[in-house]
This record gives sequence, structure tokens and C-alpha cells, in this order.
Amino acid sequence: MNTEVQPKEFVKGAWNITIDPADFVQKNIRPYEGDAAFLEGPTDRTLHVWKAAQLALREERINKGCRAIDTEVISNITSHKPGYIRRDDEIIVGLQTDEILKRAMKPFGGMKLVQGAVEERGLEVSKRVLDIFNYARSHNQAVFDAYDSEIRAYRSNHVLTGLPDNYARGRIIGDFRRMALYGAAQLIEAKKMDFAHVGGEMTEHKVRLREELSQQIAALKDMITMAGSYGIDITHPAQNAYEAVQWTYIAYLAAVKEQDGAAMSLGNVSSFLDIYIERDLETGLITEAEAQELIDQFVMKLRLVRHLRPASYDEIFGGDPTWVTESIGGQLHDGRTKVTKTSFRFLQTLYNLGPAPEPNLTVLWSNDLPEGFKKFCAQVSIDTSSVQYENDDLMRKVRGSDDYGIACCVSYQPIGKRIQHFGARANLPKALLIALNEGREEEKGTLIINGIAAVPDGALDYDTVMCRFKYALSQLARVYAKAMYIIHYMHDKYYYERAQMAVVDTDPGIDIAYGAAGISIIADSLSAIKYAKVIPIRNDKGLTTDFKIEGDYPKYGNDDDRVDSIAQEITSFFINELRRHDTYKDAIPTLSLLTITSNVMYGKNTGATPDCRKAGESFAPGANPMHGRDCTGAIASLNSVSKLNYEDAQDGISNTFSMVPKSLGSTREDQIDNLVATMGGYFGRGAHHLNVNVLNRETLMDAYENPEKYPQLTIRVSGYAVNFVRLSKAHQLEVIARTFHENM
Amino acid sequence: MYSSISESGTDMLVIKDPHSIRIHSLETFGTHDGPGIRMVVFVQGCQFRCLYCQNPDTLSMAGGTLVSIDELVRRAINQKTYFGNKGGVTVSGGEPLLQRTKLITFFKELHDNNINTCLDSNGRLLDDDVKELLSHADLLLLDVKHINDEWHHKLTGVSNKPTLRLAEYCESIGQRMWLRYVLVPGWSDQPEFLLEWAQHFENYKTIEKVEIIPYHKLGVHKWELLGMPYQLSETKVPSTEIKEMALNIFQQHFSNVILK
Repeated sequence: MNTEVQPKEFVKGAWNITIDPADFVQKNIRPYEGDAAFLEGPTDRTLHVWKAAQLALREERINKGCRAIDTEVISNITSHKPGYIRRDDEIIVGLQTDEILKRAMKPFGGMKLVQGAVEERGLEVSKRVLDIFNYARSHNQAVFDAYDSEIRAYRSNHVLTGLPDNYARGRIIGDFRRMALYGAAQLIEAKKMDFAHVGGEMTEHKVRLREELSQQIAALKDMITMAGSYGIDITHPAQNAYEAVQWTYIAYLAAVKEQDGAAMSLGNVSSFLDIYIERDLETGLITEAEAQELIDQFVMKLRLVRHLRPASYDEIFGGDPTWVTESIGGQLHDGRTKVTKTSFRFLQTLYNLGPAPEPNLTVLWSNDLPEGFKKFCAQVSIDTSSVQYENDDLMRKVRGSDDYGIACCVSYQPIGKRIQHFGARANLPKALLIALNEGREEEKGTLIINGIAAVPDGALDYDTVMCRFKYALSQLARVYAKAMYIIHYMHDKYYYERAQMAVVDTDPGIDIAYGAAGISIIADSLSAIKYAKVIPIRNDKGLTTDFKIEGDYPKYGNDDDRVDSIAQEITSFFINELRRHDTYKDAIPTLSLLTITSNVMYGKNTGATPDCRKAGESFAPGANPMHGRDCTGAIASLNSVSKLNYEDAQDGISNTFSMVPKSLGSTREDQIDNLVATMGGYFGRGAHHLNVNVLNRETLMDAYENPEKYPQLTIRVSGYAVNFVRLSKAHQLEVIARTFHENM
Repeated sequence: MYSSISESGTDMLVIKDPHSIRIHSLETFGTHDGPGIRMVVFVQGCQFRCLYCQNPDTLSMAGGTLVSIDELVRRAINQKTYFGNKGGVTVSGGEPLLQRTKLITFFKELHDNNINTCLDSNGRLLDDDVKELLSHADLLLLDVKHINDEWHHKLTGVSNKPTLRLAEYCESIGQRMWLRYVLVPGWSDQPEFLLEWAQHFENYKTIEKVEIIPYHKLGVHKWELLGMPYQLSETKVPSTEIKEMALNIFQQHFSNVILK
């Protein structure tokens, strides 16, 4: 490397006075309005490392999705010796453990879960670690100590599911850019200053904050140690592009060494890193091929992040996702685009290394994005089905920041400024059935909600049902809020995210992200009750086992206001109920219409619904229309979803959209233009999120039968992407059953 | 062999229910019938009896659903954000010209809302109403199914003369057109006729694109459902050689030929 050349100084600003990477980006970003022609393929070094990684990935696949487990050590930032894939060719270094794809135990979320995961693989947790937890407590244990019988009943009857009460909550994004921009020493100084400002009379809040700050400082010191073990000194700010990428990755790596949250997202690092890359390119320190090499090797590391999970976890989060979500693009408040050449370089990794589900590449779509970038995104979607899109124009306007990332699947989070507490989701169709069964769960008849009168015999009356359903929702909201309060209190207490929080502002604002599943079933069920004749069929206990429908009714997914308005009304009602309750650390309630892959499990545990969905049948994912009921074409389907109000579901409205390539047009150019127009149209209507799959159903069916032929086949499911062949067979079938928009 | 073409039936389509269009179905994400993303209205009723028809359920004048023009316009407006600067609404079928007076109203309203209009037709009619309708169509997709009248008869049950007359009229008024040609092995793949077809149109200034649509069997099951005998059951989809051959012939006469 040529060290003779003095690098150009960055434009100064507020970022020199306080910790403020957003200001640094704003002052120094070089927006790129061109096309993808400048991009380079992978270097030999990258290919060598990737080849070694692919061998390990193959071993993992063959070994039922887990290559190795370290059963001896409790993982933290400094617990493991350095690990390499192919040391001589690795530009960006660092693995979670001392070996590629070796999973580590992080038992503070729940020791039982870790033990289960290890034993399922025929291994045993070391006696030492087991003994530690004869004395130490875990989050899981503490939460159940505080749960009451009501929460337990909602939980065991699948009204509330997937609660982060026996695993880590995740979703807190550290501002990993801070490590590159400031170096660990300055970050420690800043946190020490924050500590000094927590003075005066002590309160519970202040004591807790002091303890948190001390833990954060300790985490930063551990990061220095960990980086040191790789021969890297991160105490000072990054001096060049290589260091910027490596420092950023070290901070992220610290987080995933210590935490195994459901989603451990990356934020929005691409255009930040671009500033360093542009400077090095300009001074001739690196070439375009070397710039791409940095990103390829960084992304390769992100693809190899793993957490130890038990098989049961796969029901709610199928395919072993990690949600290393990286948000790309978007616009600045001042009208400039945040698209840089490195936005392209990140997407280019899908060609250089082949398609992959992680990092979860998320394009922040604005209709003002440069045309060249829009087209490249569309092209990448058509070729790889690995990208999701979120409406930047909408989020910037409604939520306010132009420096945000996506946590997990679809959730807005201003980087380093606010965090999010994750809240799984409520099963709305289950609540409807409880409302129709005098407050009893429809299968076993267990009483869940008191005080719901029986519905009169005969055909269901819309107003009667609506009134009971809303009451059930209000009770559900109350219990849900209570559970969340306990969960997040205990998570902070026993499994605090010190590594991420060390690179987040002290005492940040918090969103508490509630979720709801089954909105399309609710809309169709209530529409059927309103516009057709729905007669419940009851067993000898008086519980509904099925419904008889006479006549037709408008179905969600066909751009019909009569039913789409029901989906809007219920979403709005539910979030307003949730907003009525107290939250831990005064977090602001938000709601998502998102299911991950739990739509299959929810369906399995929910009886027949009034929309003629049979007992056990899968829900549609997220806010999608039910499979096959959107029968007037893709746009009508998109329009129905776009009507859901983002103000009511600020944690995200997930829509997964699958189309066969030919339906996008007959030439590649037409396909690209039409996909760009589709997104322009959908987001132009104020819609929030779109997963784009461009695939033939036959490909998926072939992959179902012959998984070994498709090691990298990637498909977007619900806010994330998976390797199709790593989904359970049940999830694979559900994906195949989804509506594929064709228009031959 | 063919179900009879009732003229009174076609009259009824024009006259009855002036504020509604008899449609077979609606595709909100059309990308194969005109430029960009289009809402495609497949109308009900057709006088042609093409042996390869992929939508035989659109042939009858009596079937389908009546949908008010207002509702169709409302839906088109709801889709407007997707149209960009290329897309819009296409009326296909069935045969749109059978409902020409209603389509005049429909297209006018679409134009009032700045929505691009496109007509996909076999071009069998040319009266004052058709002329007016064309004046409200931004683009005509004209299916010229065979250049030889005898073969055209065999393939569609009717003469190609009206279609050629309509093409001539469009050329005379400067109506933008895309020509479409369904390539059926043994029926419409004779090199001499492909050449004649190409030569017939090569000097037209209004033709922006020629689309070759290879014959496919996706509509066969509909014939079975309708209890109608499908006469092309022995016919195969065109081989790559046949498709390349047709493409080559057309490309020598037109600058913009797409093999779909």
C-alpha cells in the first residue's frame, strides 16, 4: 500500500464535536447518479476465501444445518481465540469463534434453550457451564418468575406466540460506524463523560443508567482486546477504507459474539464506508477491484454469522436467519440521494459470491432515487430474488430521520439514536375465534377471556361479531403489553446488549414493537360475515369447528374497498388499544403486520375461520392476501396491501410478492423497466414494504425434490430471505402454495 | 364445425347496457399487451374462430360479466401510479370492436384522466364508430393472422380482407400500430407467406413493432371444459428453428421485431 500520499481531509462539522456519524455522512457523502457499468468482479483472493467458506457451508448443510458447536465456553467478546477461513487471502478478518461456522453458547437468554439445542445435536454442555447456571440466572428464568397465569394461558394457547421470553430479543442495532469514525478510545471517553453527567439524587433510572454505562465501557475495552488478538489496533479512528471496513466489522462482530438476538442487524454502513473508499480511490491508494474486494470480503463474513438455535426455533424463524440487515440507498432530507457507488458494490456481492439470504439487503426506495440505481436493483431482484424494498419517502416523512436502518425484517430504526424492543406477535384469528366462543379457545375450550356473551344461533351478525371481537382485542392488547413489560425488564437485567449499546447514544428513545398475524384472514372473515351468510358449525361443547358460507363476498387482495377497509379498521383499533398501556422504559408502542415464517405454525394452531380457511391451514405471511384469493392480478393485490395505514403499523407492513419472470415482460429490458414501475407505483401509493421474488414455481418444486441441486437458491419469505433448501419441508410447501403472479 | 356467428348477438353487444362493458376478465398487471405495465380488460365476444384461440371462453357474445365503465375507470385510476410514462390500459379480448361505442366512452374517460389507451384487435370492422374509437386509442395492437386469405379462412373462419383494410386505414391516418403474428407450425409458418406478410407491411410508417407470438397450448384445457373440439391437438409448439426462421424473415423487413 502506498503510504506516501496524504489523504484528503474530511469536511468538518458537528461530528467533530459530538458522536455523530450521520453528520459525517451528510457532510462528506458523494452521491452517485450513474449506472452499474463501473462494477468489478471478485478478485482471486476473494474467490479463494469464498471457496473455502463454501466447503464449510456444504459441511453445515450435510450435517443438518449445524457444522460444529463449542460446548465448553460461554461466548462473549473475548471468549474465543481468533478464527480464520484462509488467512493468507483474507482481507477482512474476524469470526465469532475460533473456527468457521462453529456455533457458540450464549446462555443468558435462556440456559434451557441452549442446553436443548446442544443435546438435540447429540452433544453435551460442559459441566462447568451447567454448574455456573446453578448460581447465575438467565432472562428466561426471570421472565417466568414474573409471569402470571393469564399471560401463561395466552401463551400456551397460541394467542401470543414467539415471545422473546426464552431467547434473546435482538433488534437493537448498534451504530457500528462509530468504531471506524472515532476509534474505541474516543468512544470510551464519550461514555465516561455521559457517566459523569448522571449526577444528583439517585433514582432507579439513574442507577440503572450508570450500571449500563459501565457495562458499555467494559464492552468497548473488550473490543480493543478482541481486535488486538487479530493484530488490529482499533483505539484510533480508521485511516483508510480498509480500516473503516475492518473497524466497523469488529464492532459488529463484538455484538454477535455476545448476543444471539433473533435479529442482529447491521444498520446502514454502505454509504458511510463509501466516503473512505472514494477518498482512497481518489488518492490512488486502491483500485475499483480492491474496493469491491473489501466489500465482498466484508459481506462474506456477514454471510457466515451463526447462532445456536434449537429445532423448535425453526417454527417461528425458519431457515436459520440472522437478519444481518443492511439498508441501502434512500434520500437525504436536503434532497440529495444517499445512493453511492458502494450501494452498488453491496448489491454486486450477489453476483460476485452468488445469491444468498444474508446480509438481508434492503433497499430504501424513494421515487427520487437515481434511475441507474433503480434499474440495477430491479435487475438484481430478477436475477437473485435476494433483495427487499422499503418506502424511504414514507418513513422519512412519518418517522423523521434520514439516517436510519432496518432492524430485523422491516422496522425503521434511526441508527445510534433510538432502539427497539422486539415483541413477537398476536394471533388475531385466534382472538376472533375466542370472541365467537364465549371467550374460550376453540379447540380445547379453555377459558381465555372472561365476559364474552354467546353469539346468537344462526347466521353471524356483523355488528355482534365486531363488538365481541373488539372486546377480545382490547383484552389481548392488555395482556400483551403486560408480557412485554416483563420481558424487556428482565432482558435488560439479565442479558443487556452492552456491545451494541456501547455504540448507541446513552439512554436512547425506545420503540416497543408489537406485532399481529393473520390480518388477511380477519379481513376476509369479517367481510364474509358482512356480505355473505356465515353459519358456525359447533360441536357438542358448543365450540366452533367449521363455518358454512352461503354466497360470495369481497376478498382482501383485489383492490376492493369494502373488505380492504376492514383490514384498515382492525389494524388501527389494535394499535390504539396497545397504546393505552404502560411500557417498560416508557417505550413508544408500534405495530407490525409481519409473521416471519410463523404463519405456518400459527395456522397449525388455529381452528377453522369464517373465511372458509380450514383448521390447521397456514396463514398468509405478513399483510399478504390469503394464498390464491388475490385473483385480479398483481396490482390489485398490491393495492389492497398499500391501503393499510403506515401510521397504524409503524413497525412495518410486510408484503411478499412472487412473480414468474415472464410475467414481468418478454425482454430483459422490459422486465427491468416494469419492475421499476411496479415499485414506483406501489410505493407511490404510500405502501411500506415489498419482498420481491422473481421465480418459477417449477424451480421451487424441483428444489423441494432435489435440494442438493440448489445450494444457493434464495427466496424472500417475510421480511427476510432464506436459502430455500434450508427451510423445513412444511415451510417449503407453504412457499410453493403462495400466489405466483402470472399473466401469460 | 364452428359455432355460428350470430350478427344479432354482436349488435346486442354494442347496443345493450350502454354504460357497461361485457368483460371476460381483468388483468391488473398486464405486461404483454402493449408498452409498460397495463390494466388489460379482456372483453367478451368474438366473431373470429381461431383454431388456436387461447381464450375460447371469450368467444360467446352472451357470457362474461357486465362491468360499468365507471368502475373500470375507477380501477384504472387506482393503478395510475404503476403506469409510469409508458403503461396504461389495454382492451383486448374477445374482440373489442364489437363493443366499440362503449369503448369510445371508456377511452375518452381514460384520456380525461391522462391514462394511455391501447386497443388489441383482429381489425374485422371499420365503420364510423371504429374510426372514432381509433382516434381515442394511443396504440393499436393489430393481429394479422395470415396474409393468405384462404389460409386465414381455414385458421380463423373469416376473411383477412377487413383486417387488411383497417391496417390500410390506420396507415392513412397515422395511427401508431404494433402488428402481432401468431406462429403456428403447419398453419402460419410457411416461409413464402411470412415473406408476403412482411412485404405487405414493410413500407408502413405507422408500424413501430412487430411481435411474433409462438403458438402455445396453455388454452387447450379451456376448450375441453367448454366441450368444444380442439383441432390443433396434433400441432406442436414451434421449434427454435421455426421461430428463428420467422424472426429472420421479419427482421429483414422491420427494424423492431420481438419474438415473445
